[in-house]
Amino acid sequence: MSNLSGQPDQPDRLFAAPQPPADLLIRHAHILDPRTGLDGTHDVLVREGTIAEIGAADALEAPDGAETLDAEGWHLFPAFVDPHVHLRTPGQEYKEDIETGTAAAAAGGFCQIVAMPNTSPTIDTAAVLGSVIATARSSARVPTGFLAAITHGLRGDELTEMAELRDTGAIGFTDDGKPVTSGGMLRKALQYQRLCGGIIALHEEDPALSGDGVMHEGAVSARLGMAGIPSVSESTMVARDGALALFEDARVHFQHLSCVESVQALAAAKAAGARVSGEVSPHHLTLTDEAVRSLDSRFKMNPPLRTEADRRALVDGLRDGTIECVATDHAPHAAHEKEVPFEQAPMGTTGLETAFAAIYTELVASGELSLATLIERMTAGGALYGLPIPRIEPGAPANLCLVDTAARWTVGEDGYASRSSNCAFHGRTLNGRVMLTVAAGAIAYRGPLLVAQPTARQR
Amino acid sequence: MSTTSHSFHHLISIDDLDRAGIERILDRAESFAEVSGREIKKVPALRGRTIVNLFYEASTRTSSSFELAAKRLSADVVNIRSAGSSVDKGESLKDTVQTLSAYDPAAIVIRSPHAGAAQLVAGWTSAAVVNAGDGKHEHPTQALLDVFTLRRRLGSLEGVNIWIVGDVTHSRVARSNILAFTRMGARVTVAGPPTLIPRDIEALGCEATATLDDLAEAEVVYVLRMQHERMTQSFVPSLREYAARYQINDRRLRPGQLVMHPGPVNRGVELSAATIDSPQALIGDQVKAGVAVRMAVLYELLVGSPSLAAVA
Repeated sequence: MSNLSGQPDQPDRLFAAPQPPADLLIRHAHILDPRTGLDGTHDVLVREGTIAEIGAADALEAPDGAETLDAEGWHLFPAFVDPHVHLRTPGQEYKEDIETGTAAAAAGGFCQIVAMPNTSPTIDTAAVLGSVIATARSSARVPTGFLAAITHGLRGDELTEMAELRDTGAIGFTDDGKPVTSGGMLRKALQYQRLCGGIIALHEEDPALSGDGVMHEGAVSARLGMAGIPSVSESTMVARDGALALFEDARVHFQHLSCVESVQALAAAKAAGARVSGEVSPHHLTLTDEAVRSLDSRFKMNPPLRTEADRRALVDGLRDGTIECVATDHAPHAAHEKEVPFEQAPMGTTGLETAFAAIYTELVASGELSLATLIERMTAGGALYGLPIPRIEPGAPANLCLVDTAARWTVGEDGYASRSSNCAFHGRTLNGRVMLTVAAGAIAYRGPLLVAQPTARQR
Repeated sequence: MSTTSHSFHHLISIDDLDRAGIERILDRAESFAEVSGREIKKVPALRGRTIVNLFYEASTRTSSSFELAAKRLSADVVNIRSAGSSVDKGESLKDTVQTLSAYDPAAIVIRSPHAGAAQLVAGWTSAAVVNAGDGKHEHPTQALLDVFTLRRRLGSLEGVNIWIVGDVTHSRVARSNILAFTRMGARVTVAGPPTLIPRDIEALGCEATATLDDLAEAEVVYVLRMQHERMTQSFVPSLREYAARYQINDRRLRPGQLVMHPGPVNRGVELSAATIDSPQALIGDQVKAGVAVRMAVLYELLVGSPSLAAVA
């Protein structure tokens, strides 16, 4: 089967704890799946974890033992896919682990996530990768895939055993958190990709330009007296690596793009024929460096929040498809690590539990982005890596996300499923609350407001 | 003049003060300057109250003038420096502040190498917090004493043309002074090597230039300290080249221009020795103003009521 990755589908590279398959009748939901063309009120019947039937409202009967949910006024989407999360396992379980991270994913409506290898130790050998896969098989609430490191220890000077890592189950490769600074080193990885496959995903940053910067370089950093990270530290590397991808005919994915120049560099690389793709985070789509005036370390992340012009360019790029997908870059940190002056705080914000609501509230309500486009972009991230796309159609595995788009909620007021609370949207009132997530056929999350309505024998 | 200036609980940034608020502090400082001229330089305004000076960075004039200011207001003073304290043993800023808050201080004065430290401290204590310098962000009491010094000399800053010369990028003094000078009606230009002028600094309400060609238009030349480590980071190729282009000296100054510097001065680098000691330089006045202005800040934060003004 073909897909955007140019690889065969690789669902066998996703790992989760076994869950009982759902039997579920969802009534009266407004189903929206831009890929299957569904956009209207229907009933959906899930049997044994598979979408058995889609019918007119009230047309379907709940079979014996199935739960019936009345979803009148709510939306049913294909569940979301996040190609970029940090689960902190192994080594930093005080921030997050596979169970809490995947619980956060489920609470945010995600049915597939891809975890980054910048753990402690780094996921750069088959042994470490094997151990996180084993942990995912026993504790992941939603199917989870893993990228392995491109270079040992993310040091940028020595390739990992990429072929063995692929055989062990790596979806692809990244040194995320750090750039592959040496063009020569990256070129070797791109050449080696021909042997082992696997997308090479890149955190783009020229450290000689970003230096000791802690925020976007511009009017706000001038005011605050903090060292800046100029946009060109990212965009020059996107341009360089787009050229390398073209030269080696390699498949490259650009992670967490943040500025107008990077969107332009990505578009130029695509126009030249390079097989490249890009992702953007909810925070870069909805916030700017103006937020940093508060000096609140929740707004410290890498790449940094940039200007309104950058934000608009990212929204435009997502809308027109230059940027294929939304990725949260969910990056949990403990409270004591973030409760320090901004310059000392670690980079990163959590994002799994707020991704849909943040973008829906800030971009869909304002008309900047259609709901259908948002759903398409929030479900496209896995396909880039060759993972199957969640679809709402008979015969497909049930990957569903039930959302009350009218629900208003304040982020963090009921705590978080994540172990960490360093969320850039903390305290904001957002529209759109996930009520139920079905991932790979099993109920992965049930919102506190959702009252179960058992119809017969079980529960 | 407005008398509705809001009362304030902390002094974190010059943005905490409107023009009337600045003037109220300066007026108060005038009365405290008179106290500093007495033989017994003490008033009982803060008797029985505790002020903690928490300095995470080396400082001579700021720490000593805050200490003197508190003592002249009869407060009990605790001075904590990072070296030799629990901070040295890895205690977090939050834990340190919560520990000190157990002593129920009326005010915490904090100097930190990191932007936003004073604001964080204000969130962790019920004491009034005074920012004595946070990273390269702000140094509001320095700006207030500079405005005080200029107001004494010129009467008003309205329409006065002030040039701030040197390493603006790494200067909290520059940031607070741009804000304070413009708030008082002055026009501010920053001048220095393009490597040391932040991109988009104009957003603070000043103009920016890379040369001293038009320095003659300045009525006040505010010179910033040029730190030696900037050379190793290639912000400027050499001190010699910096001095050749940006040193303030008799050749560049015209008669009547006033010269200021927040100290400590690198003699022969940003300022010539002769200029430092010339009558055009207000550097000694700035130091002297430091105690009176910091007394006024502490008084306004901790006493503040106009009916008690007679105490001084």
